[in-house]
Amino acid sequence: MNRLNQCARLPQGGLIDRNQTITFQFDGKCYQGYKGDTLASALLANGVHLVGRSMKLHRPRGVLSAGAEECNALMHIGEGGRSEPNVRATLQPLCEGIKAVSQNNWPALGFDIHAILDWTAGLWPAGFYNKTFIWPSWRWYEGVVRAVAGLGRLPDEDDPDHYTQQTYHCDVLVCGGGRAGMQVAMDTAQSGKKVLLVEQDGELGGSALWDGSDITPLRQAVKQSHNIKVLCNATAVAYFDHHWVTVSERLTPSCTNDARSEALSVRERLWKIKANHIALATGAIEQPIVFPNNDRPGIMLASAVRQYLNRYAVLVGRKIALVTNNDSIYDLAYELRKAGAVVLCIIDSRTAGSSLAAEKAVQQGFTVYYRALPRNTRGRLRINSLSVESLDGQLIEARVPCDALAMSGAWQPAVHLFSQARGSLRYDESTAAFVPDRIPDNMSVTGDALGFDYGQLTEEHPVFRYIPKHQLGRQWVDFQHDVTLKDIDIAVQEEFVSIEHLKRYTTAGMSVDQGKTSNINALTALAERLQKPIPEIGTTTFRPFYMPVTLGSLNGGRKGERYALARTSPLHNQLEKAGAEFWDYGHWRRPAAFPRAGESVENAMQREALAVRQSVGIYDGSPLGKIEVRGPDAAEFLNRFYINNILTLKVGKARYGIMLNEKGIVIDDGIVCCLEPGFYLVHTTSGNADTIYAWMEEWQQCEWPNLDVVICAVTTQWANCTLQGPNARRVLEKLGTTLDLDNVRFPHMSIQSGFVNGDIPVRVMRASFTGELGYEVNIPANYGDALWQNLLEVGAEWDITPYGVESLMILRTEKGYLHVGADTDGTTVPDDIGWGGPIKNKKADFIGRRSLALQDNTKSDRFHFVGIECPSLTRSESVLSGSHIIGIGEQAPAASQGYLTSAFYSPNINQWIGLGLVRGGRERIGETVGLFHNGSVQPAKIVEPPFFDKEGGRLHV
Amino acid sequence: MLQIHCPYCGLRDETEFTFGGQAHIVRPTNPSVVSDREWVEYLYIRDNPKGLHLERWQHRFGCRQWFNVVRDTATHQIHASYSMGEPRPSLEQFCPADTQPLVPSKKVDEVSHEQA
Repeated sequence: MNRLNQCARLPQGGLIDRNQTITFQFDGKCYQGYKGDTLASALLANGVHLVGRSMKLHRPRGVLSAGAEECNALMHIGEGGRSEPNVRATLQPLCEGIKAVSQNNWPALGFDIHAILDWTAGLWPAGFYNKTFIWPSWRWYEGVVRAVAGLGRLPDEDDPDHYTQQTYHCDVLVCGGGRAGMQVAMDTAQSGKKVLLVEQDGELGGSALWDGSDITPLRQAVKQSHNIKVLCNATAVAYFDHHWVTVSERLTPSCTNDARSEALSVRERLWKIKANHIALATGAIEQPIVFPNNDRPGIMLASAVRQYLNRYAVLVGRKIALVTNNDSIYDLAYELRKAGAVVLCIIDSRTAGSSLAAEKAVQQGFTVYYRALPRNTRGRLRINSLSVESLDGQLIEARVPCDALAMSGAWQPAVHLFSQARGSLRYDESTAAFVPDRIPDNMSVTGDALGFDYGQLTEEHPVFRYIPKHQLGRQWVDFQHDVTLKDIDIAVQEEFVSIEHLKRYTTAGMSVDQGKTSNINALTALAERLQKPIPEIGTTTFRPFYMPVTLGSLNGGRKGERYALARTSPLHNQLEKAGAEFWDYGHWRRPAAFPRAGESVENAMQREALAVRQSVGIYDGSPLGKIEVRGPDAAEFLNRFYINNILTLKVGKARYGIMLNEKGIVIDDGIVCCLEPGFYLVHTTSGNADTIYAWMEEWQQCEWPNLDVVICAVTTQWANCTLQGPNARRVLEKLGTTLDLDNVRFPHMSIQSGFVNGDIPVRVMRASFTGELGYEVNIPANYGDALWQNLLEVGAEWDITPYGVESLMILRTEKGYLHVGADTDGTTVPDDIGWGGPIKNKKADFIGRRSLALQDNTKSDRFHFVGIECPSLTRSESVLSGSHIIGIGEQAPAASQGYLTSAFYSPNINQWIGLGLVRGGRERIGETVGLFHNGSVQPAKIVEPPFFDKEGGRLHV
Repeated sequence: MLQIHCPYCGLRDETEFTFGGQAHIVRPTNPSVVSDREWVEYLYIRDNPKGLHLERWQHRFGCRQWFNVVRDTATHQIHASYSMGEPRPSLEQFCPADTQPLVPSKKVDEVSHEQA
């Protein structure tokens, strides 16, 4: 089973627990590691360097780093719904049974057919997409390109895990739990402040975990402090305004399916942290050096080699070469030698004599090549040799046989959060890095995040990052996206010379690591090519997130039913009992219809719409918006909202009203009732109840605070059972109320308050959205259930039929009743829906009135609300609302003359009918038009609604 | 996320509030007599300063009161909150030393409904 048996693991040392062996799989083969390993360190311990293929050219790639900046060791972890693509093996804690698969190769990691892209790399330079795949159309190539391009594959099952979110307030947030971060946390906590310390790693310590220093006392002090809360495995990923920081905490690693209890597994928690002060101790990230074929497996950042050696007791090679432009690599040389590796040579790009560390290394017997860099490297699946040349191009060493190469470019402070907080950066020549300059208020930066101390550099010996204009081979700037210096040349040649353009054109810095190891090299190369100083080039914008955050944690618990909570009626249980088919209408979950066993919703709609007109139907109108308006100025207040006159509305009467916004657009309609002098009940459409209430509040508080009026939203206080149909009065009579139901004394459009069952208050409004005799019975919400039940019982004599929203839509369409939001859109003014004339009778101003006189609102060819009928179509054909109206005989493409807003098959007149907005429609009554939908055209006729009971006599029986 | 001071409830998170646009827009007292141009300016024309902006917010998921806020659009710093009906504050007091105040071009407070 153990193929390689941890051949690169040292016999002792490291922070791993050798008593706990962990078995895992990579590409189907079993390996072993120890608790405390990352997936990357365990693979390296087994001598596995080749871990993936690059995204574009499918180049073999090995582990580059030991942290969040990893851009090569990206793997697919786990199976089924718990699997995750593009996991950085350097961050993934090793756990029992973990199954990792390399990405972007076929048939195998070692032999990948698509590597042909690498041999033909000349065909795919920067911008090849934009140049190659444009003729005749991108669509021709899309399928093939999508199959080859991209990295990782999405899980094909739902994620079964849970994600949570938490808000947290503290005095000081410390980002980074290394030496500097811990020190700041301690200093602050001692002054009594509440501190949150966030560390990306599973353990506090940062680089002290692998650079040989002892931080145990400090770490103990931090852990024991009552004022410091420590979050490990948590990364501060984004800074937002007013010192809000988002922290992504990994609670349970994505591992095996059986390792955890299904019910309790919370995988990640997203913290939203509000801090009064933010201390950044985010450290610095070592940069690669750019030289020909610098991307082979076995070529790693020196800090990573050191971390694997000291923290994980893994020797990444036996014969190692080092290349550097700074002093930070020299400690590694001694440690490697001590661990038993051969340090073949140290290639230092600086001049002899400029570094004491280098001179000391020479004295200790290391071979140091000054003013030199690698000329080239060899080795298909892992580096096996390199050649060395001087900066002048003289060959120094033709072949250095090595199995690993450690490199150290400049150290770039991790200034991501700092920059997101609009801190400004300054280019520091001596360390070749962008360092914090102007620090935002209530923020501090400490430790290596301020700039890494190189020690021996002076102005006469600047750091060399790469060999300019090297001709021997491709020199990688961005490993994951395969961006080389040649691509930057092309970008410059084609005038993409802003750093932001360079990034988009070459894709340098757009990979999973977002340029943590490529941005600095790319902009340095650009500066060199443009012969401009680096500060003039600047950096690309640092945007959230610092590293990838799962969609699961951003979403938190908001999925499924909890994505948007459905509102249900107080009658919900009764509706369910009655067999309702529930659909979502806005926030409300309401019955579309009540299909009987074996009946389709469409057939139920037809049956219910017939039953209402033939006898009586019962409908849940509880979601209808209800707002109470009271006060001496209530009538004046409402009169300013409605295009209709409210001042003349008498006690006990109800009046239909239309509301506009200040631009003159119809936003709502409903019935206004006067319950008592100075006491009005306003009905709004169900979907608009909250909006209209807020709309009234805004005008009351901001514009008319002098009006003496109180408004109160009571929608959910009242349940509403609506009876409609010729037998509605008989049902209500049989129920027994204290109301006078006489047709003359309680006419259409009036309201009465009274009691049922002795002392239960009801408000009954005689009104109709069906065109039939109807009563809307409102009762305090907790009695709704009983009222519905009683009405069904007493109504059984008349075969009372529950009907749903869709059935109501048929009935109101037959009557040509407008449904605001369905039959109107964001351009509809009153005249478009036939209310231009009645408005003239109102003297007073109302919201939106002045806008009706604007030129565009008075044109004659506006969209008018009209009826549409299709007498030639049978019920089995379908007419869809949204169909465009075109001239008869026209075929698409044709200019749209409007569209169908509602369409139903009417069971009462046995034909397809609809309502629509048609350009100049009122002048076109009787005209035959075409209804265009999805390629087909149906004949239709413009008519004047209503389609049923044109005189409206049924309302008054 | 912004933190906004509600004059009635104190400092709360932005998610409790809704934004209502520029403050101190005065609705013409008699709309029927104003010109199309004046009406359209009232409807649509707004300041767009980089810097201090007076705007109205509602504590929608709280006390539901509308009030005015002085916010710097460049930094999102909120300098002050004040109740509906209070006069507009002078912007100079909030102005950072290195920037010029951007005074809205409109004449206001002539017939302010808020103060009626």
